[in-house]
Amino acid sequence: MVFFMVRAIPGDPAQILLGQNATPQQVHEIRARLGLDKPLPIQYLDFIEGAVRGDLGNSIVTGRPVTTELAVRFPATLELTAFAMIVAIIVGIPVGVISAVKQYSWLDKIASVFALTGISMPIFWLAMILIVIFGVRLDILPFPGRLSSGEAIPSVTGLVLVDSLIAGNFGAFWDGFLHLLMPAAALGTIPMGTIMRMTRSSMLEVMGEDYVRTARAKGVMPWRVVFKHALKNAMLPTITVIGLQVGLLMGGAVITETIFSWPGVGQIAYESVFRRDYAMIQGVVLYGAFLFVLINLVVDVLYAILDPRVRY
Amino acid sequence: MTAQAQQNVAVTADGVEVRSRRKDFLKAFFSNRLAVFGTIVMAVFILAAIFAPVVAPYGPYAQDLTGKFAGPSLAHPFGRDELGRDILSRVIYGARISLTAGLAAVVFSTVVGTLIGLTAGYAGKWVDSVLMRLMDVLLAFPSILLAIVIVTILGQGLTNAMLAVGIVYVPQLARVVRSAVISVRERDYIEAERALGASHTRIVFSGILPNSLAPLIVQATLTLATAILDIAALSFLGLGAQAPSPEWGAMLTDAFRSGYGVFVSGQHAILFPGIAIALSVLSVNFIGDGLRDAFDPRRRR
Repeated sequence: MVFFMVRAIPGDPAQILLGQNATPQQVHEIRARLGLDKPLPIQYLDFIEGAVRGDLGNSIVTGRPVTTELAVRFPATLELTAFAMIVAIIVGIPVGVISAVKQYSWLDKIASVFALTGISMPIFWLAMILIVIFGVRLDILPFPGRLSSGEAIPSVTGLVLVDSLIAGNFGAFWDGFLHLLMPAAALGTIPMGTIMRMTRSSMLEVMGEDYVRTARAKGVMPWRVVFKHALKNAMLPTITVIGLQVGLLMGGAVITETIFSWPGVGQIAYESVFRRDYAMIQGVVLYGAFLFVLINLVVDVLYAILDPRVRY
Repeated sequence: MTAQAQQNVAVTADGVEVRSRRKDFLKAFFSNRLAVFGTIVMAVFILAAIFAPVVAPYGPYAQDLTGKFAGPSLAHPFGRDELGRDILSRVIYGARISLTAGLAAVVFSTVVGTLIGLTAGYAGKWVDSVLMRLMDVLLAFPSILLAIVIVTILGQGLTNAMLAVGIVYVPQLARVVRSAVISVRERDYIEAERALGASHTRIVFSGILPNSLAPLIVQATLTLATAILDIAALSFLGLGAQAPSPEWGAMLTDAFRSGYGVFVSGQHAILFPGIAIALSVLSVNFIGDGLRDAFDPRRRR
């Protein structure tokens, strides 16, 4: 537990880093207005005090609170990353299992090469290639953005797929779904490859264990051995990897959202860097680190549930 | 005299041992077809990078606006980009930038990570705790986000992008080295060196480090793959190499920023720099996997 508390602190080094080096680059009057002329430790204390109260300061560019900006854009990113992750898991785990069960079969070989190619591909290139193939050549998938310009739905949750269903607008739902496909495919390919590789290697390891052999010898049905005895244990390392992939997804979201003009947190991160909007960058990075730590905490709890040997 | 003789015997015995292990290792590595494929592809890339002025048919900056997005032809096998520059030549010159940038970043994280890992693992106690907590804090940030922040602080440009990516991967290498150090620290031969009165520096660099090399080399190779990707990504976001640099990521940005037309008429301007990135990263991954399997006798088939 102490370990997680230490991991949960990382907001402050970022603040120290940003604060120290950012200040000299600011224009004096702006510095005064934003309180950046105060000594660093005081700025830092202000920041921590604010952060604890849930106030990350105001965006230097729009003047609106950083937390508001993040809240407005968060659903778009959530929808994109969650969708990408779900697809990666739904495809990655079964293919990994099949590869392990049918080791060295042609399917295993194709899957392995596909997985390694997947993790070797630059997201931004994959995104552009998808646009060329499906968006331009075949012209079957719409881009950019989350909805075609003609569609409008009332925002309730901020999630296009959910909002359109609440509004009963199935046309918008389908339109939003189609808009989601290309960015999600670009974003999900790397996690998919990683999950596939991890599932395969941990399945292979587990399948060689004594208890699996015992189960086989007892005459348990082969599929039952795979799913009940092996998969349950092989999931442990895979779940850890899934947690770590979330960090990668957030980085990938910056790139994907930029290419597809997806109005999420990643896009504002990119724009803030160019506008030198320090408060916003701080907010985005803090938010990213917070989510990352939170998700990995959830992963560790899951771990404890799945593996009775782990106790905190 | 006796000590001298004993040392000689030890050296010979050690030499024999090392040589046969090296042979085993090479055999294991080169029997892995994917690793051989990766090695060959990387060799081609490296040769192309070194002999770029000889190999490239045109200069990397030679523009010809009349040939905007001209498709692949005999004269321009990869076609031309948004300013009519020859893409093949730019990809070849780009190998110099993209590969050295990735390598420089990895060398940085390997050197710093090794020093931190050695110190933490060897010193133990509070030094270990402080250093590793620091590494945990760095690890808590998603890597690209952290790199973006660092580049924002340092300013845009290829050198800073390299440094940022280098910093981001320090914790991973430090962790690998630290755990290797801890696993050999209490071995008898280290104890023996200590008994002989060797200094800490000597124990660390001649006793511990060589025996921690295998996992370090594997991790550094796999990190090289991600470093090349990350530097290209930073360049794509406009934080790394700047136009008109033929860095592969920057080539894709320039094509992307030239407008919607690139998706319709300039598809080859997207295709080839991306293939260069993917192929080099894939090859490095193959080499890394091959090294890992070859270093670990249990994983050999």
